[in-house]
Amino acid sequence: MKTDGAIAIEGGRLIDPAAGLDGRHDLLLDGGVVRAVDKPGAFRSAPVERRIDARGRWVVPGLIDLHCHLREPGYEYKETVASGAAAAVAGGFTAVACMANTDPVNDSAAVTRFILERAAAAALARVHPIGAVSQGLRGERLAEIGEMRAAGIVAVSDDGQPVADAALMRHALEYCRMFGIAVIDHAEDPGLCAGGAMHEGATSHRLGLKGIPAAAEEAMVGRDLLLAQLTGGRLHVAHASTRGTVELVRAAKARGVRVTAEVTPHHLTLTDEAVAEYDGNAKMKPPLRTADDRRALAEGLADGTIDAIATDHAPHHRDEKAVEFEAAAFGVVGLETALALSLRLVEQRVLDPARWVRRLSTAPAEILGVAGGTLRAGAPADVVLIDPDAEWTVEAAGLRSKSKNSPFLGWAMKGRASCTIVAGRVVYEHSTAASERRDG
Amino acid sequence: MPFTQRHLLGLEGLPAEEIVHVLDTAQSFVEISERDIKKVPTLRGKTVINLFYEASTRTRTSFEIAAKRLSADTINISAATSSAQKGETLADTARNLEAMRPDAIVIRHPASGAPHLLARAVSSPVINAGDGAHEHPTQALLDLFTIREKKGRIEGLEVAIVGDVLHSRVARSNLHGLRALGARVRLVGPPTLVPEGFGGSGVSIHHDLKTGIAGADVVMMLRIQHERQGANYFPSVEEYSRLFGLDRAALADAKPDVVILHPGPMNRGIEISSEVADGPYSLILDQVTNGVAVRMALLYLLAARGRGEPEREAEERASS
Ligand SMILES: [Zn+2]
Repeated sequence: MKTDGAIAIEGGRLIDPAAGLDGRHDLLLDGGVVRAVDKPGAFRSAPVERRIDARGRWVVPGLIDLHCHLREPGYEYKETVASGAAAAVAGGFTAVACMANTDPVNDSAAVTRFILERAAAAALARVHPIGAVSQGLRGERLAEIGEMRAAGIVAVSDDGQPVADAALMRHALEYCRMFGIAVIDHAEDPGLCAGGAMHEGATSHRLGLKGIPAAAEEAMVGRDLLLAQLTGGRLHVAHASTRGTVELVRAAKARGVRVTAEVTPHHLTLTDEAVAEYDGNAKMKPPLRTADDRRALAEGLADGTIDAIATDHAPHHRDEKAVEFEAAAFGVVGLETALALSLRLVEQRVLDPARWVRRLSTAPAEILGVAGGTLRAGAPADVVLIDPDAEWTVEAAGLRSKSKNSPFLGWAMKGRASCTIVAGRVVYEHSTAASERRDG
Repeated sequence: MPFTQRHLLGLEGLPAEEIVHVLDTAQSFVEISERDIKKVPTLRGKTVINLFYEASTRTRTSFEIAAKRLSADTINISAATSSAQKGETLADTARNLEAMRPDAIVIRHPASGAPHLLARAVSSPVINAGDGAHEHPTQALLDLFTIREKKGRIEGLEVAIVGDVLHSRVARSNLHGLRALGARVRLVGPPTLVPEGFGGSGVSIHHDLKTGIAGADVVMMLRIQHERQGANYFPSVEEYSRLFGLDRAALADAKPDVVILHPGPMNRGIEISSEVADGPYSLILDQVTNGVAVRMALLYLLAARGRGEPEREAEERASS
């Protein structure tokens, strides 16, 4: 990525849990990396190309999304690498990891390279491709994971569907040990979730929709934790949605299984009651669960059972949502609402600001094994300035993603990225004038 | 008490007074059906579209007769002849129908929530004639009407709904309507088809037919779908019938004046024996007759308002 001149970020509250910092510190970026962190005013006479006034802002390592769908190649009408990256930086993400369920599937080094080329051309967020576990996501034969790893994948996953065959999952976990990468688990038992459109419970019964029981997720999480234990492989549980999953992961961590887990902002915010009037924008996998599950997810996030918040940004065209609920596509966009939605947890004192940064930046970097997640000298100059008090409203027209399938349209939000810097280059700046036009 | 709904998408949340108002209005239309000339000019010049994505001779015919007796013009669109076959989405169909400015659209659809989707897209009133496993409000209203006609009241009655509750829109609508009017509801069937907690608190669940209908004033049988057997909700129709088929012996512990309802079409000898279906307490044919009156009432209450006819004038005509 090309590098601009030096930037000094002054007067902000710098929060970097990896370095144990939370306070008034100025930051100097140069040559695409963090040059120095020092006391306020330290860089006043440094020869920089630009000074950014960060008073009233949090200055944190760029957010890293472990889990999104950029849809390119194959579904460019939903999203492209470029439009997804634009949404990412507007949402405060300096890096995103994109799932393999494109067309063609990212099950080869050629597709991995293609995605990286598109990302380089867009020159916005860093894009880390995730390779498929199985060829064509068919769940039969392992994809060429080593070839894809050499081309730049950071993990493998058949996300969008589970690895139904336990023996294949076992081999994936074993094989990936060689590369030190995680197998990301989209956990749902295919039989238990077949035909399901939402969480199975009082609301699905009321609406007459086929449900997906919590056990559909937990049965697969339980299986895969045992396989991780068997193989010593690294398992990462995607989009944990139930209390049972949190408990299974907590117990597995306690006995030393190499497992990490993520949760989405929508599962932390909504319950199955959001489906109420058959709103297609409240349909995703795993489905929105109960208030009790939501509470357990927040607890798991607070105590570290759940390591990270990931968006599962899943863009769909409006025609794929404006149909009968059971026919609507699964998934919601999330890159541009994750920051504000997850900041609610800080307001609710579920997370302190340092833990919040850890869950959205430090931990995802560790799980993916990528640089970033800290602002220590020498780290990539990936920084986001956050205005924690900015109030705004989610509007379709304001979203940079090509798709607008958000269950949060019309919601009042607090907190947003005011400036996003990738590799020392400002790639996004929130323009107050533009936002006032949008928000007005 | 006026009827304030713009659409009839379900009975859930419908206030008791409005349900009673529909039943009372239907009462006034029963008389028309008994006349020699079964037609009134109430909806003359109005257009009612019957949009059926599922075959249902019974319900469609009932709506069509109801509309014709009110002098409305009716247009029947069935999935077999509509552009649904060519892949037109419901949203597009809705836009096309809207352009025809109908005064009411009656929709039957295999997907739960389809009428909600339609209602969001059109400005005419939408009447749900059955959506997936969600609701079938006009069926429940005619059931309520039939029960009230026979028993003189709904409040305080013990009503057992027996069968595939999980997949039944009739059961859901009746559950809402019966509870709104003060009946006590039991759900009876195997745990695969009557899940624990279904219907929330205040609904009792039974997995034994005899105890489930003991002391019942009303037994409502649901049609069993053969395809549930393939999905392992029960092992065979024969076993289902042995456990939950309603025959005279099973009725032994029900109230002596128990009445039996079935939304049709019946599987004789499976969920209901012929001696019960054709027996003295069976209201199955009354249901069919009352269905027309209830649908007339709904078309009148919704379609008459559709074009902004003065409310009062219409009210007077109905009660005359
Ligand atoms: Zn997934």
